[in-house]
Amino acid sequence: MSRQQVQKLAVGIITGVAVLVVVPIVLVILMIVVMGIGAINWEFLTAMPTDGMKVGGIMPAILGTIILTLGTALVCMPVAIGAAIYLAEYARDNRLTRWVRLAIVNLAGIPSVVYGLFGLGVFVLFLGFGTSILAGSLTLGIMTLPVIISTSEEAIVAVPNRFRVVSLSLGATRWQTIWHQVLPQALPGIITGVILGLSRAAGETAPLLFTAAAFYLPELPRTILEPTMALPYHLYVISTQVPDMPLSIQYGTALVLLLFVLSLTLAATLVRTRMRRRREW
Amino acid sequence: MTIPQTDSNPAPPPPPVDQPPQRRWGEFVIERLVLIAGVSTILIVGLIFFFLVREGLPAFLDVPLRQLFGDRWYPIEGLYGIWPLIVGSILVTVVAIIIAVPFGLITAIYLGEIAPQWQREILKPLIEVLAGIPSIVLGFLGWVALAPIIQQLGAPTGLTAFTGSLILAYMSLPTIISISEDALYAVPKEYRDGALAIGATQWQTIWRVVLPAASSGLVMAVMLGIGRAIGETMAVMMVTGNAANIPELSPTMLFEPVRTLTATIAAEMGEVAQGSLHYTVLFGIGIVLFLITFTVNSLAGRLVGTQTRRKRGQL
Repeated sequence: MSRQQVQKLAVGIITGVAVLVVVPIVLVILMIVVMGIGAINWEFLTAMPTDGMKVGGIMPAILGTIILTLGTALVCMPVAIGAAIYLAEYARDNRLTRWVRLAIVNLAGIPSVVYGLFGLGVFVLFLGFGTSILAGSLTLGIMTLPVIISTSEEAIVAVPNRFRVVSLSLGATRWQTIWHQVLPQALPGIITGVILGLSRAAGETAPLLFTAAAFYLPELPRTILEPTMALPYHLYVISTQVPDMPLSIQYGTALVLLLFVLSLTLAATLVRTRMRRRREW
Repeated sequence: MTIPQTDSNPAPPPPPVDQPPQRRWGEFVIERLVLIAGVSTILIVGLIFFFLVREGLPAFLDVPLRQLFGDRWYPIEGLYGIWPLIVGSILVTVVAIIIAVPFGLITAIYLGEIAPQWQREILKPLIEVLAGIPSIVLGFLGWVALAPIIQQLGAPTGLTAFTGSLILAYMSLPTIISISEDALYAVPKEYRDGALAIGATQWQTIWRVVLPAASSGLVMAVMLGIGRAIGETMAVMMVTGNAANIPELSPTMLFEPVRTLTATIAAEMGEVAQGSLHYTVLFGIGIVLFLITFTVNSLAGRLVGTQTRRKRGQL
């Protein structure tokens, strides 16, 4: 084979493999949409499940996931953005900083079920929150930290130095510079990172198994010290734990979860592209 | 990065005379708060390890080590051998990685070196979408759609190690693709221009110049892919059949059910009494998982460190 033939063959194979990787993504989404769309109606989205969850809706699971996602945001945003500001603006290249970075890489790699164990040990048992929305939000919030720290730090570092130099030269303090000049410029990037992080958290099941999720609740939780239903766990329950579950309800639940998570991802992407166009640098 | 300081134009320290005292105090407090937020990440890793050890250490003391690493996992009879679970996790992960690495690397090469701009703009968001699909949704599809197909291929059941590996491979693809693509992107354009200028084909350039130059980043992609795969829980729990047995070495070993470390915790923690031996052993498994991923990620983290430093240098 001449090297031109090798070149053609190689490009052909590479293209073929890329197609093999990408096409199933579309198929997976199409399959969930096609099989699930039939189950979705107003009742499915707004009613309580009845008759062993085989009839009625999945409203408590949807609501639970929304509340847990908000709780996650409350827990992780202050710490994550603070840590990102520290790393991007204050941290020197010393041992402490390297340790912080190592800690973040490792937090990102800890399996989600181990976060579940941690949440069970600390929040549910040691602090006595019980299986509750509070314990679940804290667990998910800690799990989401590394994602939001990394993306926020990137957004802050990307702000050109001239914003800082000018502000400092006008006599502003370091924090005034960060608060009035750097953060507003970095905001779109930070928001994108936060939404992406939350979309991951919203789809997680394993950290909720022993910290927040309930198999079935006849009523909505009234306080954050009560357990809640959640979409991902509900999907797990109705597909593997309940016999004779109508397939349409299973696919319908999967579709609602997928739409919830992907609309967050889409929102993040929109924020990024819109703000990038308006950027002054 | 610290506050910008060029040699010719150092940022002057704020003159204390002009600053009202509360502002100086404010600065001090804010700096401390931000520092605490940063250091809290170290604290959290420490706390996670501490609580795992606190709850799980008795497992290593109360269960004889020979039994703990023995090959029988029957909690009802008081047999806590985690060896079948370790074998299950390794088997599923290794096969997943063997599938995912070539596919991931080649897709990254396509995206980085071959695809025209318009294709890249469609494909990259699609891969981000794949990264965003919750693992439970892929597990669900594996359970209702993939497992029956595997069974039709002749396996006694559709819930096998191989089914788990396929799902896991697909789930680790986005990680492998995006990190390898970064690694390819970091290879200076001059390398490619040089190779093409002396008459190499595009493929020769990729194979002999670009890939070797990006190798450390590609290794990192593979390692983080492994870390992602070994920690995955829900999807694996749904499709591997969860039988705690060690498949015999044979051509069909992949088509037998296995049970992984993660799935064991997820499936059994809900039913055990707090403080019981079973409870501590499950936390013990958590310690094992923590140590595995800590090692993999610390190694990968060292590679990340060298890479970001280089990238900043270029800016």
